[in-house]
Amino acid sequence: MSDDLVKTLADLKEKEALKIVEDRINAGEAALKVLNDARKAMEIVGKRFANGEYFIPELVYSGEIMKGITNILRPKLAHAAEFKRVGKVVLGTVAGDIHDLGLNIVDFMLDVNGFEVYNLGTDVPPQKFVDKIRETGAPIVGLSGMLTLAIDSMKETVQLIKAAGLRDEVKIMIGGIPSVDDNVRKYVGADGFGRDAMAAIAMAKEWTGGKK
Amino acid sequence: MGKDTNKTPGQLYHERLKRIEDAIELKVPDRVPVICDFGLLPARYAGMPIKDAYYEPEKLAAATKKLVTDLEPDMFHSILFLSGSVWEILDTKVMKWPGHGGPIDHVNQYVEWDFMKADEYDAFLQDPVDFILRTHLPQTCGALAPFKKLPNLGLLLYIDRGGGPLVSFADPEIWAAFETLHKAGLEQLRWFHIRMAFVEEMEKLGFPSMYIPPLVQVPFDNISDHLRGLHGSMLDMYRQPDKLHKAIEKLMPLMLNIVKDWAAIVKSRPHAPTLVPWGPHRGADPFMSPKQYEEFYWPWLKSLIQAIIAEGITPYMFWEGDITSRLEHLLELPKGKMICRFDVTDIFKAKEILGGHHCIAGGVSSAMLQTATVQEVKDHCKKLIDVVGKDGGYIMHHSCALDEAKPENVKAMIDTCKEYGVYN
Repeated sequence: MSDDLVKTLADLKEKEALKIVEDRINAGEAALKVLNDARKAMEIVGKRFANGEYFIPELVYSGEIMKGITNILRPKLAHAAEFKRVGKVVLGTVAGDIHDLGLNIVDFMLDVNGFEVYNLGTDVPPQKFVDKIRETGAPIVGLSGMLTLAIDSMKETVQLIKAAGLRDEVKIMIGGIPSVDDNVRKYVGADGFGRDAMAAIAMAKEWTGGKK
Repeated sequence: MGKDTNKTPGQLYHERLKRIEDAIELKVPDRVPVICDFGLLPARYAGMPIKDAYYEPEKLAAATKKLVTDLEPDMFHSILFLSGSVWEILDTKVMKWPGHGGPIDHVNQYVEWDFMKADEYDAFLQDPVDFILRTHLPQTCGALAPFKKLPNLGLLLYIDRGGGPLVSFADPEIWAAFETLHKAGLEQLRWFHIRMAFVEEMEKLGFPSMYIPPLVQVPFDNISDHLRGLHGSMLDMYRQPDKLHKAIEKLMPLMLNIVKDWAAIVKSRPHAPTLVPWGPHRGADPFMSPKQYEEFYWPWLKSLIQAIIAEGITPYMFWEGDITSRLEHLLELPKGKMICRFDVTDIFKAKEILGGHHCIAGGVSSAMLQTATVQEVKDHCKKLIDVVGKDGGYIMHHSCALDEAKPENVKAMIDTCKEYGVYN
């Protein structure tokens, strides 16, 4: 039955997936076990996205189905489910920019790849990044932005991280800007840039000492 | 680079326009033409506060005139004129701009949510105009909120007998909303007159511009941008594809009507470019699978482009995002009738696939114009001229608007066309 949920959810069959979850809970199965299967399915969704088999609508839809599943499971979970995490990442769209699509895709992909993500949302002032790095001790920071105005905002954020004495404690990646390249990375003062979410995952894995 | 001073403005106007028309028709022009979509750069260049670009159209016009006459591109976009005062009058909720939720020194940004809820398709399909007036606008414009008190528009039929919803017009709030519309309309008209006077002044100085605002949208973009939001429209492809299809079909005639309006404007100004800009976006590569593109996007996009071309208009398609995987589709459209301006699509791949079929514009990323050196820009533009410009059918262009670009880099891009882009 656990294979059923993994396959059904990974194939985005919403009604069937929700029914399996209901049935398993009604049959007395532990909610945490069901949730673990759902997470396995989401990992497959992430892999299919990385392979070019799935696109953004599939990520959005799987996220919605997952919401339905956690709504069923939440009352049955005695305590917050804990998963083994491979590293922490502070993420956000920089000050002045309110675009969040790319940000949330990177969040999704980092999450299904085992990272603990602190997503600060959009239009995040540099100081908020600094505060969150201090609070969480995250060794990786992801700066997102869609508009060209974000390039200077990213630069200012990196400068403040440096001024706060944290620059050597973190690796910083940037992404979202169309045609972001090494020139932009150097201008901003970041450690890496990515043109898609898969590049972000590869960098995060490399920086945490894992395999690419 | 010396300025083009030996010819009259009239001669230069025709030369510039012909250069672009030749590229569109896949001929080899005298040199590679260059078009600029300056965005807010004129305001920065003139040292005016960015906020003023949204409130003082005369100042924005003067600033744009300075940048255009200093850099001398072959054509520029004169459609940026966006009125912050109109947005204020309407109390719009769909826009953040300097001083109004947006950073004081940067471009406006759109705010989007599921304006139309997942279960409201039936109401929209039954009567889109009624839905827009009584459900949509009251959410998106604070000043138009009273319209939600209006009765169903079908009842308007009885007004001529003194019946129907006549008493609704006695409601002071509803009437105030109509008055606000009038006020917003007057302000928009004031901006329009200033902008068109500027367009004509620039034409007299020898500079053609892209002056007709983009209005037509692929129905899917229309639904995604204005009705269901990005998230909602993506879920609808899975949860209610039939209703999504019906809404797409419902919007098609409205879009075709806009094409007719465009045609009337183009015909009224025969000396001006026949180009109208348009930026499809939510059918770009990561936004849909190839199957979804066929199912919800391409057939309607293709029909609209065909309808535009049939009216004697030249579509200037700004393919936002990356459409590398969709390039083959463009071969289904008539040859030499449009400009394909690319954003982050692989321009070299575009040349391979579309070369000899469509005019290609683009290749210089706006991020490069912001962060690279003049020499790097020149080297890159030379490569574009050599490869993408080979055998004509190419227009030098940057990716998105140049809000934050370095003027010297933009100048380098333009000058490289004049110095290096001459065809033998």
